[in-house]
Amino acid sequence: MVVQKNNFSVALFSVLFGLIVGAIIMLVFGYNPISGYIALISSAFGSMQDIGGVLTQMTPLILTALGFTVASTAGFFNIGLSGQALAGWVGAVWYALSFPDMPAFVMIPSALILGTALGAVAGLIPGWLRAQFGASEVIVTIMMNYILLFLGNNILQNTMAKSIKESAETTKQVGHNASLQLKWLTDLTQGSSVSTGIFIALIMIVVVWFVMKKTTLGFEITAVGLNPDAAKYAGVSAKRTAVVAMAISGGLAGLAGTIEGLGNYLNFFTQNSSPSIGFDGMAVALLGGGSYLGILGAAALFSVLKIGGLGMPMSSGVPFELVDIVIASIIFFVGANYLIRLIQKRIKAMDEKAATQDAAKKSAKVASKQAKGGE
Amino acid sequence: MSLVAILTLVVSSTLVYSAPLIFTSIGGTFSERSGVVNVGLEGIMGMGAFASVVFNLTFANTFGTLTPWLGLVAGAIVGLVFSLLHAVATVTLRADHIISGTVINLMAPALGVFLIKVIYGKGQTEPISQDFGYANVPVLDKIPFIGPIFFEKTSAPAWLAIIVAVLSWYIIFKTKFGLRLRSVGENPQAADTLGLNVARLRYSGVMISGVLGGVGGAVVAQSISLNYSVGTIVGQGFVAMAAMIFGRWNPLGAMGASLFFGLSQSLAVVGAQLPGLKNVPSIWLQIAPYVLTIVVLVFFFGKTRAPKADGVNYIKAA
Repeated sequence: MVVQKNNFSVALFSVLFGLIVGAIIMLVFGYNPISGYIALISSAFGSMQDIGGVLTQMTPLILTALGFTVASTAGFFNIGLSGQALAGWVGAVWYALSFPDMPAFVMIPSALILGTALGAVAGLIPGWLRAQFGASEVIVTIMMNYILLFLGNNILQNTMAKSIKESAETTKQVGHNASLQLKWLTDLTQGSSVSTGIFIALIMIVVVWFVMKKTTLGFEITAVGLNPDAAKYAGVSAKRTAVVAMAISGGLAGLAGTIEGLGNYLNFFTQNSSPSIGFDGMAVALLGGGSYLGILGAAALFSVLKIGGLGMPMSSGVPFELVDIVIASIIFFVGANYLIRLIQKRIKAMDEKAATQDAAKKSAKVASKQAKGGE
Repeated sequence: MSLVAILTLVVSSTLVYSAPLIFTSIGGTFSERSGVVNVGLEGIMGMGAFASVVFNLTFANTFGTLTPWLGLVAGAIVGLVFSLLHAVATVTLRADHIISGTVINLMAPALGVFLIKVIYGKGQTEPISQDFGYANVPVLDKIPFIGPIFFEKTSAPAWLAIIVAVLSWYIIFKTKFGLRLRSVGENPQAADTLGLNVARLRYSGVMISGVLGGVGGAVVAQSISLNYSVGTIVGQGFVAMAAMIFGRWNPLGAMGASLFFGLSQSLAVVGAQLPGLKNVPSIWLQIAPYVLTIVVLVFFFGKTRAPKADGVNYIKAA
C-alpha cells in the first residue's frame, strides 16, 4: 500500500522542511527567500481573483487525489490518473460542442456522467488486466497515458467537425448550456475561472469518505487492499472488487478532467504531455496521507503554492519552477518520514533526559536540604 | 526505394531511438536486481539531459567533436549524484520506493528548468552545436550488404549501448559482484547473514542506474532533441522501465525490448517515407508501441517475476 497513514505532525514537519529547502535554494542562487515567499503569499491571496485561481486549481487536485487514494486502498498504484482525466476532458467537451441546443439541466448532468464514465472505463481496463492476467497496473496505466494522449489529440485534430473548432489545435468554447461557471461566482472572484466544480469536488470528498468507510463496498475494497487472500477466504471476490476500485479511481479522475473542460478552460486544446493534474493529485494524496480532510488540506496547500508561484518571477525574480521543487521536497520528507520520526524521537528523548535531570537536581536539592535540616 | 535503402533508414533510426532506452533500462535492471524499485528513471534521464546540454553549450568550442562524448560523462556524473537522493531515501531512510521515485520525477524537470532559467535567463536552451549525428563503424562498414545497413551512417551511442548491455549481462550473471547484487535483491536477510553489506550493495545498484540513466538522458539530448527544455524527456524513462520488465530484469532482454520500442518509435517518425506504411494514419503508428506493450504484457509475460525483495526495505535487526 502506497498511501500510508501519516500523523499530522509528519505532514507539518514535511511542509516546513520543504519550505526550508526552497529557501536554501533561493539563497544559493542569490534570491532573497523572504521576499520570494512574501511574493508567493501575496500573489495567492492578493485579490479575490487570486483566491478564485487557488480554488480553480484545487478542484481537479481534490478529485484526482481521491481517485489515487481509492485505488491505493485496494492495493493499486494508479499512475494513469492523467490519461483518465484527459479521457473525461476530451469526451465531455466534444459532447458539449456537438449538442449546443440541449437545455442546461439535461446537458450538464449528462456531460458530467459521460466524462466520469470515460475515466472509469480508462481505469477499469488496467484494473481488469491485472485482476485477470496479472499484468502490472503500473506499466499498463503508463502506456495508457500515452495512448489516451495521442488519441485525444488525434480526435481534436482529425475527427472533430471543423464547425466546432476554433483552429486545428483548439476547439471552440462550450456554450452556456454546458458551462459550469456561475455568474455570481465569476463576478465575486473578479473574472477567475472558478466554477461549480469546486462544490462538486467538496461533495465528492464526503461521498467517497462515506463509500469507503460506511458501506460494504468500501469495506471490501479495504479488505482486498490489506490482504487479498484473507478477503477471498472471507467470501469477497478479490477480482471484482479490484476492478470496481480501479473504475471508481478512474471515474474520479475523469470527473476532474470533465470539470477542467467545462468549468476551467471551457475548451480542449492540443496537449504536449499528459495533464499534470494526475501527478499533482498523486502528490496531494501522498501528503494527505489517506485522510480525507488531509486531502483537502494538501490540495489547498499545493494550490496556494502553484498559484502563488506564478507571481514570484514578476516581483522577486524567482523562477516559477521553485514551487515544484518545494512540492517535490515536501513529498520527499513525507516518504522519508522515518527521518522525521527519528528527529521527533530524539527531541522527545532530549526532553525526557532534561526532565529526569531536572528531577534529579531537584531531588538532590531536597535531599541536601533535608540533610542540612537534619544536622 | 531499394531494399537496402529502406533497411538502412529503418535500422539507423531504430538505433537512434533505442540507444537511450538501452542505457536506461539496463540502469533500471541494476537497481531492481539489488532490490530497489526505480520509477525515477525518467527524472534521472532528465537530469542527464540537462547536464549534457549545459556541458555541450559551454565546452563545444574547447573540445570540438569530442564534446558529445564528454557530455555523456557529464550526464553520467549528474545522474549519479541525483540518484543518490533515491538511494538515501530508500535504503537509509526506509522510504517507500515508489514515493521516492515519484519525488525524483517531480523534482527533475522543475530543477532542470529552474537552473536553465538561472543560467540562461529563459526556459529552454539554444540548440547545441556538436551533436552525435551519424558515424561509420570502421572496418565493419566494408562488409557487403550488412555493412551499409548496420555500420554505415549509424548511431555511435547505440553501438556503445549494445556493448554496455553485453558487459552488464556478464557483470550481473558471471561475476562475484553480480551474484552478491542479485542475492541482496532476492533475500537480503540471508545475504546479510552471510556477511554481505546490504546497504552498500543497494547503494551501488541505485548509483549504477543513476550513471546509466544519466547517459541515457544525455544521448536523447545530444542525438534527438538537440537542446534542453521541459519537453526533452517526456516518457522515455517510463518506456525504459517497461523495457526492463519486458526484458525480465536481464540486460540482454532489456536491450531486446529497447530495440523493439526503438523500432516502433522510429516507424512513427520515418513511416511516412516507407512504402506500405505511407497510407496508415499516423495515429496508429504513434500508439502502436504502447498498445503492443500492453498486449505483450498481458499475453506473454502476465506473471513476470521481479526480484523477490524488489521494493522491500531491509531493516537490519538491531
